[in-house]
Parts: sequence; C-alpha cells; structure tokens
Amino acid sequence: MSLGVGIATGLYGISFGALSVASGLDIWQTQLLSLLMFSGGSQFAFIGVVAGGGLASLPAAIASAWMLGVRNGFYALQMKPLLGLLGWKMPIAAQLTIDESTGVGTAQSSNEDTRRGFWLTGAAVFVFWNTLTFAGALLGNALGDPRIYGLDAAAAAAFLGLLWPRLSSLQPLAVAVASAFVAVALTPVLAAGMPILLAAIVALIVGGFNLFANRSSDGDLT
Amino acid sequence: MTLILAVLIASAAVYSWKFFGFLVPERFLEKPAVSRIAALLTVALLSALMATQALTKGSEIVLDARIASMVVSAVLLKFKAPFLVVVAAAAATAALLRLFGF
Repeated sequence: MSLGVGIATGLYGISFGALSVASGLDIWQTQLLSLLMFSGGSQFAFIGVVAGGGLASLPAAIASAWMLGVRNGFYALQMKPLLGLLGWKMPIAAQLTIDESTGVGTAQSSNEDTRRGFWLTGAAVFVFWNTLTFAGALLGNALGDPRIYGLDAAAAAAFLGLLWPRLSSLQPLAVAVASAFVAVALTPVLAAGMPILLAAIVALIVGGFNLFANRSSDGDLT
Repeated sequence: MTLILAVLIASAAVYSWKFFGFLVPERFLEKPAVSRIAALLTVALLSALMATQALTKGSEIVLDARIASMVVSAVLLKFKAPFLVVVAAAAATAALLRLFGF
C-alpha cells in the first residue's frame, strides 16, 4: 500500500517539476523545494506566486507556502502519540509528516502497523516525489514556452485538484468561492501575491465565527 | 532577495509546522476553532491560488482558454479521475484551443 501511494503521489511530482521551471525556477531550485519543503500544496503555492509576480513577490510566496503548511503541524500533533518515543528520529519523522503518511498511518488498527505505515509511506513518497520532480523539471526545461502547452492552465487545475476533496460541506465551499473572488478582484490593485494572502482572511472570518457551519464540519481536519 | 534564499526560508517555515507539531501538547488540538480555521485556511489559499492562476495574468484579469481547462478539470474531478489525468487534460485543452487561435 505504501509503495502504491508513493508511486501515485510521485506521478504528480512530474507536474510539479514541469510547472516549477515554467514559473521561472531552475532545475536545482525546483529540486530543493521537493527535498526541503516536501509538501505539495506549499510547493505549488510558492511557484504559483512566483509565476505571477517574479522576484518582487518572494515575500508573499514564502508567506503563502508557510500558511499552506499549517495542516502538517496538525498531522504532527496526531502522529506524535501514535509513533511513540522517537528520540533522534523525531526531526526525520517531522519532515515525513505529510498528507499521505498521516493518512496511511492513522488508517491502521495496531500501533505496530501505524508506525510501519507511516514510515514506509513517508519514505516511499519522499523517494518518488523527488525523483519525479527531477524528471518533470527536465521535461519542463525541454518544452520551452509554457503557454503553448497549456502549462498555465495545468497549474490552475493542479490547485483545483488539491482543493476538490476538501469541499465536502457548505462551509469550505463558501470559503473557496469567497476567497477566489477576493483574490481575483484585488489582483489589479495590489502587488503580486498580496491578493492571495488577503484571501486567507476569509478563512479567519468564516472559521472564527463558524459561519455556514453544519455539525459534521466541526473540527474536521482534512 | 534571491530566489534560492526564498526557497530556503520558505522550506524552513514549512518545516517549522511539522517540527513544532511534535513538540506542543496534544490538548491544543482539542479546540475546535483552531482545527477549523486551519482546515479553512488551506481551502482559502488553494482556492485563491487556483483563481488567480486561472483568471489573471500579471496584474490584469484575463479570460482565455484557461476557463475551458477549468471546466474540463472540474468534470474530470467529479468523475474521480486521477490527479495527473486532470492536470494533463487541463493542459491539453488550453494548448488545443490556443493552437486553433482562441
């Protein structure tokens, strides 16, 4: 199972690699993101903001990537009691704490299977994600003008693909619609990257006051 | 700021969530407002990124072949197509429309 998840996830490492070089990063910067950041949503966010605004948007790119990484912190909270005492392995477990390893780990019924599932899935995804990022970056480099191949549209579709499984109830749907509107409406008047950060305020308002809530969405961490 | 420096800072920032998640006490998770806002923050950022990527170019709102790509992707996602298929179909849709001059 871990291997299957690793291969499936790695395959979209190809699209990340290709889109990253299309956004103006070189192959090595792209590879560093996959090795060090190792969190798909944050990586796509970073290159998405850089693609729109170039070097001037780097602070906003950092902030977007950071904010999208927040769910990994919650995964770490979930995994900590399940993994037991980690000692020196904790910083490595932390780096491997992502959607897939947490998903497989928490789906197991015994502690031993949880640990094995977490570590194997984390390691498999890390290996495939990085190898195929490199392949995608080489491919993207060879293609040339990204618009001819529709890579700008592919980047938008990648975000939709990451977003889709989270639109399970009215509350996230309302947040998605409102933040999309805010970000696009502010694009002509604000510096690149800023509209995306301001759209995050929608989440604070809706989440803070628990607007559009139905009972099942409470504390739902997906 | 150079691009490579930004890559390093952003990577450290993302790692800090993972690292400190293993250090803070578990009861933090028990506050529903905290986990709710965290989940909605992810939705808001992904949606804002999607919308600006699909509908803007530089600092302008531009409506072009990407809209057709988004419709195609949404239909494929509705039918539970794999991520890579969705992304490739979106690219192919925009590429074909542009080839025919849209």
